[in-house]
Amino acid sequence: MSTARRSLRDLKPSTVLATLAFAVVTAIVLLPIAIIVLTAFKPAAEVNAYPPSLLPDDWTLANLKTVTSELPFARLVGNSFVFAGGVTLFALVFDSLAAYALARLDFTGRKVLLVAIIATLMIPFQATLIPLYQLVADLGWVNTYTGLIAPRAADAFGIFFLRQFFLALPRDIDQAARIDGAGEFRIFRSVVLPNAVPALLTLGLFTFVNNWNDLLWPLVFTTDAEMGTITSGLTQLTGPSGIVPHGVMMAGSLIAILPLVIAFLFIQRRFIENIATTGLK
Amino acid sequence: MTTARPTRHRYRPPAPLGGRRRATESPLRRGATAFAFLAPALIILGAFTVWPMLSALRLSFTDASGFGEPEFVGLENYIGVFTDPDILNAVTNTALYTVLFTPLAVVSALGLALLLNNPRLPFRGFFRTALFVPFVVSFSVAAFAWSYLVDPQVGLLNYWLRGFGIQIGNVLEDPTLAMPMVVLVAVWKLFGFYFVIFLAGLQDIPPSIYEAARMDGAGAFSRLRNVTLPLLSNTMAFVLIFAMIAALQAFDQIYVMTGGGPYGSTQTLVMEIYESGFRKLDIGFASALSYVLLAATLVLSLVQFVFFGRKEKDLA
Repeated sequence: MSTARRSLRDLKPSTVLATLAFAVVTAIVLLPIAIIVLTAFKPAAEVNAYPPSLLPDDWTLANLKTVTSELPFARLVGNSFVFAGGVTLFALVFDSLAAYALARLDFTGRKVLLVAIIATLMIPFQATLIPLYQLVADLGWVNTYTGLIAPRAADAFGIFFLRQFFLALPRDIDQAARIDGAGEFRIFRSVVLPNAVPALLTLGLFTFVNNWNDLLWPLVFTTDAEMGTITSGLTQLTGPSGIVPHGVMMAGSLIAILPLVIAFLFIQRRFIENIATTGLK
Repeated sequence: MTTARPTRHRYRPPAPLGGRRRATESPLRRGATAFAFLAPALIILGAFTVWPMLSALRLSFTDASGFGEPEFVGLENYIGVFTDPDILNAVTNTALYTVLFTPLAVVSALGLALLLNNPRLPFRGFFRTALFVPFVVSFSVAAFAWSYLVDPQVGLLNYWLRGFGIQIGNVLEDPTLAMPMVVLVAVWKLFGFYFVIFLAGLQDIPPSIYEAARMDGAGAFSRLRNVTLPLLSNTMAFVLIFAMIAALQAFDQIYVMTGGGPYGSTQTLVMEIYESGFRKLDIGFASALSYVLLAATLVLSLVQFVFFGRKEKDLA
């Protein structure tokens, strides 16, 4: 970081060139996000004008007003928070418990179990969707938060990810507790978990983002429009009835991505360092 | 690097009292403890992933359609999978998607990670953050934004490219360009994830190794080839397998952007599973197709494990 604050004359031309090249690459990568934000505030006439422009001439809130009247937006965003947040909480607890056993307990069948858990990662979700829907329907959970959350409350990627991290923790950190006669659960809770905060935060972000953004499960599972998420609700705008103005679509997209982008920008400083300390590699 | 160092026998401290294997604990008791930790996750995975998967296996041998009692039809669905020209088309498309997506995503992620690992680059932190942002955008939102950008009438990207004399026309209606376009959206959305994993892997390589290589007169390219890439091989195997699985399961942005068209040119296997299962309600056929895809994924993953010589201890 301190190197960035060196005086300008220390910079080599090659460094300046590399920085410029990165600025261009980054601008291209961020263009679709810029287009979402800027189009959301464009009046309809400008959205469909030729030649197109990046920035709106007149900024307007009309698109945001339209989209919030077309869909029960507060409700959908709330559902997204309950769904993604609930899944994240449960998955962190259940995944870390399982990962602890797989990384730090010695028992017969451990390797087989680990390989079996990793193998479930290769199952395409679409393949289980119909029987899964029938199961959840038989349990009477259709259009409930329980039904939405329960199938995701543990996942193979999270177990694998945390296991790699727990493996890397030095063995001796739990020796003192063990000599004091602490049971496995106390060692897990008061020795291993406090040392795993970076890994838990990183996995928490992945889990939250993936579920917030998931399209198919909430789309198929919720027949009641009031129980959908913001991501599944947005696709109803494009539905068979046809063309929704781009501006309205982008206003909806803006609402859908805003919470995640803000959350990410808040934790980004620690995020990459966190990944570096986890076993994800 | 090749000069042999005299091997010394390191002093090993005696094993601590109360080591990890307590002699007093029976294997049965250890198993019970482990099971208590594993139970919640195993119940969830068992009930909501493994059980539906087994149900799908049963259904794949029937003519299940969601109505009435499914009847056993033997291998009919599997024979259908291997003889249906639509499925052959979907297999070809999925292979093309995988061959385009995997190298593009992995090479761009690795290249950017290598360049951004250089501590002398100004604004490094900003670039790192910015390049990860697409990952938090959902596939459907990404699909809306890109569709608008390449819209033949009012798309900004089309307009700008026209300024450079490049006519891309109506990309999403063009049978040759539609596939590269949906691949591009996936690369855009996912490369940030692989990028941070590579960055993490790079931070694990001790600087002293580079120092030693430099003293031996290794240039930048030689250091990349002989130090960085071999030491990244575990990270590489991890990223490649995840990228390949993502490619084999491509669905979301295709569903939103092209619906498998034009003329089936972006119809992938998972699109086919979705259509036969949810549109045509041919659940038996969709289940058989799922199993064929699962088998292909397993085989390809194993090939990669073997190819990258991933050590057994890293896996289990």
